[in-house]
Amino acid sequence: MPEENINSKKEFQPAIAAFVCTWCTYTGADLAGTSRLKYEPNVRIMRLPCTGRIDYNLIVKALEKGADGVLVSGCHPNDCHYNAGNFHARRRFTIFRELLNFVGIDLRRVQFSWVSAAEGAKWADLINKFTSEIKELGPFTEYKKLSGVSFPIEEFDFSEETVEASEK
Amino acid sequence: MARVGVFVCHCGENIARTVDCSSVAERASKLRDVVYSVDYKYMCSDPGQTLIKDAVKKYELTGVVIASCSPLMHEKTFRRAVSEAGLNPFLCEMANIREHCSWVHEDKEDATQKAFDLIRIMVEKVKRNHPLQPIRIPVTRRAMVIGGGVAGIQASLDIADGGRQVVLVEKSPSIGGHMAQLSETFPTLDCSQCILTPKMVSVNSHKNIKLYTYSEVESVEGYIGNFEVTIRKKARYVDDTKCTGCGICQQKCPMKKIPGEFNTGLGKRTAIYVPFPQAVPNIPVIDKENCTYFKTGKCKACEKFCDRKAIDFEQKDEFIKEKVGAIVVATGYDLYSIKKEQNFPTVKGYGEYGYGKYPDVINSLQFERLLSASGPTFGEVKRPSDGKTPETVVFIQCVGSRDDAKGISYCSKICCMYTAKHTMLYKHKVHNGKAFVFYMDIRSAGKNYDEFVRRAIEEDEAVYLRGRVSKIYQEGDKLIVKGADTLSGTQVEIAADLVVLATAMTAQSDIVPLAQKLGVGYDKYHFLSEAHPKLRPVETNSAGIFLAGACQAPKDIPEAVAQASAAASKVLGLCSSEELEREPYVATVNETTCAGCGFCITACPYQAIERKEIKNRNGEVLKTVASVNHGVCQGCGTCLSICRSKSIDLAGFTDEEVYAEIDAMFA
Repeated sequence: MPEENINSKKEFQPAIAAFVCTWCTYTGADLAGTSRLKYEPNVRIMRLPCTGRIDYNLIVKALEKGADGVLVSGCHPNDCHYNAGNFHARRRFTIFRELLNFVGIDLRRVQFSWVSAAEGAKWADLINKFTSEIKELGPFTEYKKLSGVSFPIEEFDFSEETVEASEK
Repeated sequence: MARVGVFVCHCGENIARTVDCSSVAERASKLRDVVYSVDYKYMCSDPGQTLIKDAVKKYELTGVVIASCSPLMHEKTFRRAVSEAGLNPFLCEMANIREHCSWVHEDKEDATQKAFDLIRIMVEKVKRNHPLQPIRIPVTRRAMVIGGGVAGIQASLDIADGGRQVVLVEKSPSIGGHMAQLSETFPTLDCSQCILTPKMVSVNSHKNIKLYTYSEVESVEGYIGNFEVTIRKKARYVDDTKCTGCGICQQKCPMKKIPGEFNTGLGKRTAIYVPFPQAVPNIPVIDKENCTYFKTGKCKACEKFCDRKAIDFEQKDEFIKEKVGAIVVATGYDLYSIKKEQNFPTVKGYGEYGYGKYPDVINSLQFERLLSASGPTFGEVKRPSDGKTPETVVFIQCVGSRDDAKGISYCSKICCMYTAKHTMLYKHKVHNGKAFVFYMDIRSAGKNYDEFVRRAIEEDEAVYLRGRVSKIYQEGDKLIVKGADTLSGTQVEIAADLVVLATAMTAQSDIVPLAQKLGVGYDKYHFLSEAHPKLRPVETNSAGIFLAGACQAPKDIPEAVAQASAAASKVLGLCSSEELEREPYVATVNETTCAGCGFCITACPYQAIERKEIKNRNGEVLKTVASVNHGVCQGCGTCLSICRSKSIDLAGFTDEEVYAEIDAMFA
């Protein structure tokens, strides 16, 4: 959670999860490192063989576990190391966004991009841009409210009057 | 309980400058299940690796996390080290605190915190890793080469000389491909057939090569190391075990006026024919469409005169199964046609040049046949319409190539060189002839190539005009060529006797069914896709299938030969032992929960998943489930996310491991 960061700056520091594919985006992020490009330190990358491996439950879990923003990034269309994994990911993402929208989660918090192994600069820009967007959006608390995960039970008023009132 | 060791590397100053490694190691030691945590200057060095190995043994570690550079850099190094210490290498993970942390962040506190987070994530993952074993699959130590042009021939010879058996499948009646149709090759002006036929003969007589001509690949089953290919040996109507190649059948055949494919329609052949005199094998084929017997039931002259009784009108197509471990695709190219009807819907013909209706507007391969001593004019340059010797020949480069309007954006690579060659050979045969070349650029990048083009211009007086031709039309017995000379800024009009078009090199028009049978990808031009354009130019994304020659992209003969040898070396590597070892990142189905919906089967890009029947002891089928072939599965995980019941899991990136990582991402 943002407040537990060692560096307690006055400004809100978002927690960003990134699910990336080994062959393109992870390698691209490595290239950003080799080129010593600088970007915001809020992102935590998870390496997967392919974006096709990404079940959108992973994104939901990340949001549940403290992410304020989630990035999914893979190979460009037609460049997937496994031929078609990124097409599956893209199709799933299109439907997933509808679901996110329906549930009421701000779509700007979950983004999908193509970063190839040669695009170190694009990765750095992407992280910087995304981090500043999430900073503006603020911490993600809606999901936690829905699942009741992080809020102490006293906050919910289960008294009979309130329940009856809400049922009318 | 897990016993994890954490090793934080300073990487000299690369990490230590920004990340406080000792404090990170200290914090890591307090993580649950971490029993040992240390930092060191250079983990990948000998003393560093010894440190890891000693710790594995001393603290009886069940998992190791190395926080250092990218796994893409040193995962193999550290995995080898821990396996030498007796720990399964797949129980070693790396936290990338260099490329993804110390090198990209400036604030030391932020970087140090992130490094700790990354270590925490990998500790949680490694606790759930399984001790995987590399997968071993048996290998059939034979290869198949599809296509008998120069690339296929070279690949076959190299593999056969390497001691492995090769099955060479060629769809036309003879091997040799397009190179056999050429007269002389640049830049040496070697006679093409003279340098090719010795190789063709070697193929036919090599003890390790089994040659199937007039045959095509019907179907391909299996996977790397274990392919089963069904070959359709088309009916020649000639018994190849009896025929001696004496040629009497061709002399006696009454159907003598059929336009021959080998001579690109400029010459005539008989219905029973051998495509060219140096054909290998020298066994004729009966062209059923044009044979009098097949059309009317009469004749049989060939059968009458064959004293070996080799003619067999009852012959049927034969299906032969061959088991091989590797396949090389060397199917070659076609040429773009300027006609209105095209093989690809996105490509257009050249109405400006007459859509192929002028007999004296020919393509470069046809010109090669005219130049060739074994061609329809015995090497004399005579124009197709009236047989006269052309005094003025116009050569036009880039016909189709580099032309978005016609649907082909690429450069065909060979045309600048062979056009220069054509001007030289034409001049050598017609001493007072004039050759004009319309070009956009001159691409002569190979060894001795540019010098060759300069020779054509300086010694053989070819006139090079930089500009395109907008129209060709017939006027009397001349062809009027209207073009531009951009260097002098003028319009040019030439009255030519013959026009030779350097048409684009395209993929074969019928390559897609074969590519789909093999599971090999292709681009929008139907050139077959290599695994990586820079670093893996002869492999494909289908393990065990390799590419050689122009089927992959336009190229000249030296490149095709080099690529063929490269593919052969890959094949020899693959066939070098009885078994093949692969990384075990493969998917496995939980047969208890699998409902057999088959979504994973459709989703798998490698068709690595099959239906499997679960039977009871009486042989009754209880249910059908999915089953992953570990030899073919490449470990992408697409099946995993498409499975509705989560009955399929991917070793190395299991759901358990992945969710544990997410849990650990943010404290």
